[in-house]
Amino acid sequence: MTVQLDAKIPAGPLEDKWANHRFEMPLVAPPNRRRFEVIVVGTGLAGASAAATLGEQGYRVKAFTYHDSPRRAHSISAQGGINAAKNYRSDGDSVYRLFYDTIKGGDYRSREANVYRLAEVANEIIDQATAQGVPFAREYGGLLANRSFGGVQVARTFYSRGQTGQQLLLGAFQALARQIKAGTVEMFNRTEMLDVVVVDGRAAGIVVRDLVSGEITTHSAHAVVLATGGYSNAYFLSTNAKACNVTAIWRAHRKGALFANPCFTQIHPTCIPQSDEFQSKLTLMSESLRNDGRIWVPASGADGRAAGDIPESERDYFLERQYPAFGNLVPRDVASRAAKRAVDSGKGVGPLHNGVFLDFANAIDRLGRAAIEERYGNLFEMYERITGEDPYRTPMRIYPAPHYTMGGLWVDYDLMTTIPGLYAIGEANFSDHGANRLGASALMQGLADGYFILPNTLAAYLSGMLGQAAPPSDHPAFTEAANGVRDHTRRLMSTKGSRTVDWFHRELGKIVWEHCGMARSAAGLEKAIGEIPALRAEFEADVRILGEEESINQSLEKAGRVADYFELAELMCRDALYREESCGGHFRVEHQTLEGEALRDDENYAFVSAWEWQGRDRPAEVVREPLEFESVELKTRSYK
Amino acid sequence: MHPRLPIGFATVDSVRENAMAVSTTTAKPPRTPPLPIRFYRSAIGKKWVMAVTGIVLIAYLIAHLVGNLKVYLGEDELNSYAEALRDLGGHLVPRTSLLWLMRGGLLLAFVLHVHAAYSLTYTNWKARGGAYRDRDYAVANYASRTMRWTGTIVLLFIFFHLADLTWGAQPAAVDGFARGEVYDNFILSMQRPVSAVIYAVANIALGFHLYHGAWSMFQSLGLNHPSFNRWRRYIALALTGFIVLGNLSFPIAVQLGLLEL
Amino acid sequence: MDLTLRVWRQKGLGHPGEFEEYRAREISPDASFLEMLDVVNDRLTLEGQEPIAFEHDCREGICGSCGMMINGRPHGPEKGTAACQLHMRKFTDGDLIVIEPWRASAFPVLKDLVVDRSPLDRIIEAGGYIGVDTGSAPEANLIPIPKDVAETAMDAAVCIGCGACVAACPNSAAQLFTSAKIAHLNLLPQGQPERWRRVEAMVDTMESFFGSCTNYGECEAACPKSISIDFIAVMNRDYFKAKLRNRRYVSQV
Ligand SMILES: Cc1cc2nc3c(=O)[nH]c(=O)nc-3n(C[C@H](O)[C@H](O)[C@H](O)COP(=O)(O)OP(=O)(O)OC[C@H]3O[C@@H](n4cnc5c(N)ncnc54)[C@H](O)[C@@H]3O)c2cc1C
Ligand code: HEM
Ligand code: HEM
Ligand code: SF4
Ligand code: F3S
Ligand code: FES
Repeated sequence: MTVQLDAKIPAGPLEDKWANHRFEMPLVAPPNRRRFEVIVVGTGLAGASAAATLGEQGYRVKAFTYHDSPRRAHSISAQGGINAAKNYRSDGDSVYRLFYDTIKGGDYRSREANVYRLAEVANEIIDQATAQGVPFAREYGGLLANRSFGGVQVARTFYSRGQTGQQLLLGAFQALARQIKAGTVEMFNRTEMLDVVVVDGRAAGIVVRDLVSGEITTHSAHAVVLATGGYSNAYFLSTNAKACNVTAIWRAHRKGALFANPCFTQIHPTCIPQSDEFQSKLTLMSESLRNDGRIWVPASGADGRAAGDIPESERDYFLERQYPAFGNLVPRDVASRAAKRAVDSGKGVGPLHNGVFLDFANAIDRLGRAAIEERYGNLFEMYERITGEDPYRTPMRIYPAPHYTMGGLWVDYDLMTTIPGLYAIGEANFSDHGANRLGASALMQGLADGYFILPNTLAAYLSGMLGQAAPPSDHPAFTEAANGVRDHTRRLMSTKGSRTVDWFHRELGKIVWEHCGMARSAAGLEKAIGEIPALRAEFEADVRILGEEESINQSLEKAGRVADYFELAELMCRDALYREESCGGHFRVEHQTLEGEALRDDENYAFVSAWEWQGRDRPAEVVREPLEFESVELKTRSYK
Repeated sequence: MHPRLPIGFATVDSVRENAMAVSTTTAKPPRTPPLPIRFYRSAIGKKWVMAVTGIVLIAYLIAHLVGNLKVYLGEDELNSYAEALRDLGGHLVPRTSLLWLMRGGLLLAFVLHVHAAYSLTYTNWKARGGAYRDRDYAVANYASRTMRWTGTIVLLFIFFHLADLTWGAQPAAVDGFARGEVYDNFILSMQRPVSAVIYAVANIALGFHLYHGAWSMFQSLGLNHPSFNRWRRYIALALTGFIVLGNLSFPIAVQLGLLEL
Repeated sequence: MDLTLRVWRQKGLGHPGEFEEYRAREISPDASFLEMLDVVNDRLTLEGQEPIAFEHDCREGICGSCGMMINGRPHGPEKGTAACQLHMRKFTDGDLIVIEPWRASAFPVLKDLVVDRSPLDRIIEAGGYIGVDTGSAPEANLIPIPKDVAETAMDAAVCIGCGACVAACPNSAAQLFTSAKIAHLNLLPQGQPERWRRVEAMVDTMESFFGSCTNYGECEAACPKSISIDFIAVMNRDYFKAKLRNRRYVSQV
């Protein structure tokens, strides 16, 4: 083992760690801040909030996104809501309970200190967003409304109709726009980061490609922050936006940043089932639907009958049956696997028998159509648009789909990767969600990182570099990295093979979904680890990219991303194979109870597996960060 | 990156301010012109002016129509009405002074309305980046799409109309034009088929113009209330109906011989 | 189903463009419009022709990336629907579909169907925000907001910044986009302190790029979020007030 992992968790009782740490960290005085340049890659919730806040504080920020505007980041599509322990409903919520639920929801594979800090700052996020004008749902009294979400027994989720992510991102984007106007943030749209530059062991800048002119340039800074989101698109079909990719963090990984828990991916239970071969993505139906919808399948397996013709007696409301306490509101991983079991046992509904029913009939009888319309109107519309079926009359058909990746770059308590000066925030880091993320907690984490955590911890790092200029961007390390990128691009362009990028991405997705999806087996994973490099070799020999390098070239953009997905997919499988237990989203068929529930192994696997890149032809090596639990005791999650 | 364009049609306050904020030169900023000018410089300001002048013009049209309807009461009624116009204000003010005042206001409204119309039209044509191969309008109706043309027709008509009935200038006016003999001029003029057609066409154009205009002005003035919005269309329709039908009745009546010397 | 596409192809900024015709055979009616284009692009690539460049990302009608004129309508024939949410079952076998980029002087075509919509961001930067530095916010429930107000603000805030309103407007006016953001912020109590500066700055910036509104209403019809032109009236009113208000005394009223 080459690297030693130090999470730098502050001393002291859980409740005081963050407060103490904030006091102990050195600061950068206001007049000195403008001497520091910071690069922020990504303008999603995490990136935009970080860039805006750093700009407000007076640092010189350069922000990058491949979108044509920061507002288009994938965060925009978050629907359900964002958690905070305001306890406005006074239903027994508290910072500690939010912390506890998150740790438990994550199946005890995350760091206590980080998660507690997350729960602590969550309330500030709601205040900040409200002050920015984010139109959260309200009661008639004019105060904020809440809804409940899977995996918890309190109503602590704040929401703006079915567009919470959009409204929060617009809030952050507008804060960012204010700084762009003020000149503290320089914004680079349509600019994709393709490599990290490391000088003397510190992150010193990045290499980017202008997606319009194709020009490849370098930018240097005192610190680099990656806020580039998750990698669910490794499965090709996922609920993520088409352009979501692993490139930024993968390039960092290749430059020495450790990649943590790559196999911890979340499969979301309520998505619209695939309808045909050409489908380009899967659409999520917000988890909040599980508040009023009841999930069932025909008890005696799918026969041609329409849902309406199946009498109550012949329906199996399997979640309510198997988990009386939480019913339809069990956590995502549990709900997803239950649905998979139902479909695998031949009870799947729909033309392809690849879904289960999500039924609102009772809710509509109980609350009236109007109430349902007010709560889920836009989701029902979306469903009808896509499927052509009216969910007010026939139940929705849903099936799990890849949705979120808990894994990501390993970071310490200060959100710094194993490369000094390189930070990862939001979904891009391995985050606070352990082996499974609870609903409405990714928005929370992204904004916590960006608004309240990174700006503090980054200052501590920068304070040590006072007086030093950022390395010049013509430093050999930059030229070398830039040339590396150019060669890579040329190689892709000059392949001139016979298959399209999407074809390869689809094939890769099938392998990963098959063997590293909802259920994983040693045999399957080994098979995948064999198949992936083979397919990658084919890709490198046979991909066809037309058009030029020096203009908008979407095939080229995709190809670069898929190339990195190949390497990542292999690592996901290795990690899944290495983790001989079932926990959260990671389900190893060898490790399950008789009822098919996940069987965790805290004895041997209560650790973070962080992988170190060893070069293209040598498998990555794992480094363990043991997880100590002082405050919560490890229990088997039971939602019965 | 690729070129960025502020097209910069409007020389607009805060845009200029920003420009100065960033420009390092310490040159004195140009003196900001008085509020009305600044307001009128902005497109929204122009629209506001158009709406207000539009209202003035509509008011005039109504009054004008009501006055003209007197022809149905006979020659003397109309002439004495025309006379009364000139006598407005009785002996308190010099004769025809109030009338001239009204004419002045009317003229001003016209000039502003037309100037705004043309400068906005110019801006909008510059803002349009080429036409679509095929364009399928969803709601924009014939009236709203032809404002510029119907407006122009009305403008041309007014010159004709003034020459015809106010100045008595050839060739618009009839040979027998006699100042003050409003009724005779009126009938004689409209007995000419050509002139009757001109009047008819112009007023139909005016109708389209008003149908959109009288609705549009509420938007421009920001007169907007959920319980009132749906009435805006009806109001526009009623106004247009009254003015256009009223005006059309004259040439028709004359041509049918219902009105004669 | 089999379709004929007539698509605008343009090499790059400033290059002349032209329409090309392509066959789209055996398209599944369940496919979305963009999935149809994916299929066409894959086939083009295999035939050695450069695929059609078009913007897209979320494919859920929320990111605002996608956008093109489909048979003369921005985002296509279906009301309140972004191109990515349009499904082929809305078309009939054998249809001819004309696909063009947004057209407006402020939206130069960068390639095929891709245009530069950055002027919309300039408008936001001019004042489309509430200036609260991180950390300075008061407790959220200190400011009660009547439900109706919050709902109306939300009606305006759902704008996805796609630019269809500009594309639809015969004057290339960005009134709907701008008024939606102004209304969202100016209706809320939090937005009051900057209300008058905001509306002036945003409108002035808007007018330096775009045309003016003659109340055609095409924008509302094209808007994938069906944002109402009532907000344009609200903006006009606020702009007029902003010019007259004595800013030092506003807190009195
Ligand atoms: C359909 C859906 C619904 C969801 N609903 C919820 C919910 O209800 N509640 C919740 O808490 N979470 C939800 N999530 C999860 C949550 O939305 C995401 O985890 C979160 O928004 C991620 O934010 P981020 O800032 O980390 O990354 P993103 O928002 O994905 O932003 C990534 C940014 O990085 C940029 N970028 C990436 N790579 C590069 C590169 N190489 N060069 C330049 N720029 C780059 C992108 O342009 C983008 O700006 C949902 C997710 C999905 C897919
Ligand atoms: C009796 C004569 C006229 C009346 C009563 C009238 C009335 C109106 C009204 C009420 C509007 C709506 C303004 C708004 O939307 O705020 C309008 C708009 C308009 N008018 Fe007129 N008008 C008259 C003559 C003219 C003339 C002579 C022209 C010159 C060409 C003209 C050109 C226009 C144009 C182009 C518009 C649309 C401008 C816009 O909406 O931005 N009008 N008119
Ligand atoms: C068929 C319809 C109309 C008839 C019969 C008519 C009739 C007349 C008459 C008889 C006069 C002369 C009044 C006088 O000299 O005392 C007059 C003047 C005038 N008319 Fe009309 N008119 C008609 C339509 C219009 C319209 C549509 C407009 C405007 C768009 C208009 C604008 C004027 C103006 C500006 C004057 C001059 C008023 C003045 O002398 O101060 N008229 N009209
Ligand atoms: S107002 Fe509607 S059409 Fe215009 S940008 Fe926003 S969402 Fe698109
Ligand atoms: S279409 Fe254009 S003219 Fe106004 S109402 Fe909409 S902006
Ligand atoms: S692709 Fe995101 S709105 Fe259409």
